[in-house]
Amino acid sequence: MSQKTVLYDKHAEYGGKMVDFAGWQMPVNYGSQMDEHHQVRQDAGMFDVSHMTIVDLKGERVTDFLRYLLANDVARLKDEGKALYSCMLNEDGGVIDDLIVYYMNDSWYRMVVNAGTRDKDIAWINQQAAAFDVDVNERANMAMIAVQGPKAIEKAISVLPVDEVEAVAEMKRFYGVDCGEWFIGRTGYTGEDGFEIMLPESEAPALWDKLAHAGVKPCGLGARDTLRLEAGMNLYGADMTEQTSPLISGLGWTVAWQPEDRDFIGRAAIQQERDQGVSRKMVGLVLEQRGVLRGHQKVVVENVGEGEITSGTFSPTLKQSIALARVPAETGESCQVEIRGKLLNARVVKPVFVRDGQAV
Amino acid sequence: MSDVPSELKYTASHEWIRDEGDGTVTVGITDHAQELLGDLVFVELPEVGSEMTAGDACCVVESVKAASDVYMPISGEILEVNEVLADTPEIINDSAFDDGWLFKVQPSAELELDELMDADAYEAEIAD
Repeated sequence: MSQKTVLYDKHAEYGGKMVDFAGWQMPVNYGSQMDEHHQVRQDAGMFDVSHMTIVDLKGERVTDFLRYLLANDVARLKDEGKALYSCMLNEDGGVIDDLIVYYMNDSWYRMVVNAGTRDKDIAWINQQAAAFDVDVNERANMAMIAVQGPKAIEKAISVLPVDEVEAVAEMKRFYGVDCGEWFIGRTGYTGEDGFEIMLPESEAPALWDKLAHAGVKPCGLGARDTLRLEAGMNLYGADMTEQTSPLISGLGWTVAWQPEDRDFIGRAAIQQERDQGVSRKMVGLVLEQRGVLRGHQKVVVENVGEGEITSGTFSPTLKQSIALARVPAETGESCQVEIRGKLLNARVVKPVFVRDGQAV
Repeated sequence: MSDVPSELKYTASHEWIRDEGDGTVTVGITDHAQELLGDLVFVELPEVGSEMTAGDACCVVESVKAASDVYMPISGEILEVNEVLADTPEIINDSAFDDGWLFKVQPSAELELDELMDADAYEAEIAD
């Protein structure tokens, strides 16, 4: 039985085509994934991301706890509302999940983890939290709406029913503002500016209507995937899993090696991997011929070896196929991808294709 | 609701077949199929001149979402392919039954056409 978010009826009303995603009935599009993609790149679109898991962590030792739980270091968060992207690793250095954590105050952090990993994440966090006397509270009764695009902030601000509108309007990127029952982060998963708005479930359908009225168009998971891939953002379960370390997943930048005496789960394993020399790397691919790159296609690097595409799609912005791929560390500027028995040429690039509406 | 023209024949794998009256047929994917696939971004057409058997995967249509095989609805030789689709595969989204045709076939047997579904049967097929 798949679950429904509080916006399920709104999706039906707005013509959403529903699919099962990570145990949830979610809209894949509302007509055209392509149009929704361009809407976000050029104007403003909104996504129901209420299936994602919001967890509040509270306790006097919560900072120590998170410095142990996460590969990135929450001690870097000094300002109220500041967000940090991090991996949560297992002892072998594999990625249990990727997440965003907001620093609220010294005894309270808010974390957003993936929907598909909810159960194992909560179990893992609880298991580790016991020693630190940290209270783990899943906020299942909160909905979340992501409003993304160059005009997202302007349009969202015009309909936000919170007292803290000024603080929200002035907030910098990768921050969040606590508005009592609501929480608004200037974060997202599209490579565009915008907000992720967490709010009580009961108020979400009304906000959806208000945003739509302000010209923010509903967008489905399909566009969310092409947008995040153009932005070079990893998808958990595809680009990294418990079997891959952050170092071979393009996420080395999220690991805080300093200070050296900080012990975090998985540190020993990835330290060893780094000392021995990382054998594979994550790159971006741009297909130079016609076709569509897809996850699990084989990458052939002449005189070097083989790799694999972890996610691929047709880029609506670039009008070419793009992918993230895990390849041998020695891979140069070109490779070939095997599609239905044929080898097609691809260019190897940094894994960022589009940022703020522009091709990179 | 998808359009299902009554003058065409259909397959359960969502191809449509038009009898051109001169012994040849034209093949495409149905409006229902393009709707399921979403925005099309790539079409890999069969080679002109190739001989294929009914049921062979002969062509691939890819949307942003997924790749899908197109199956040969009848045995025969590929006479012509819709080259325009190479640059503008989205024509299939706009006009699945007309401008979005995929290829023309010289059937190797007359019989097989009668074994295909008519519009009513296809409509029933996609109803659930």
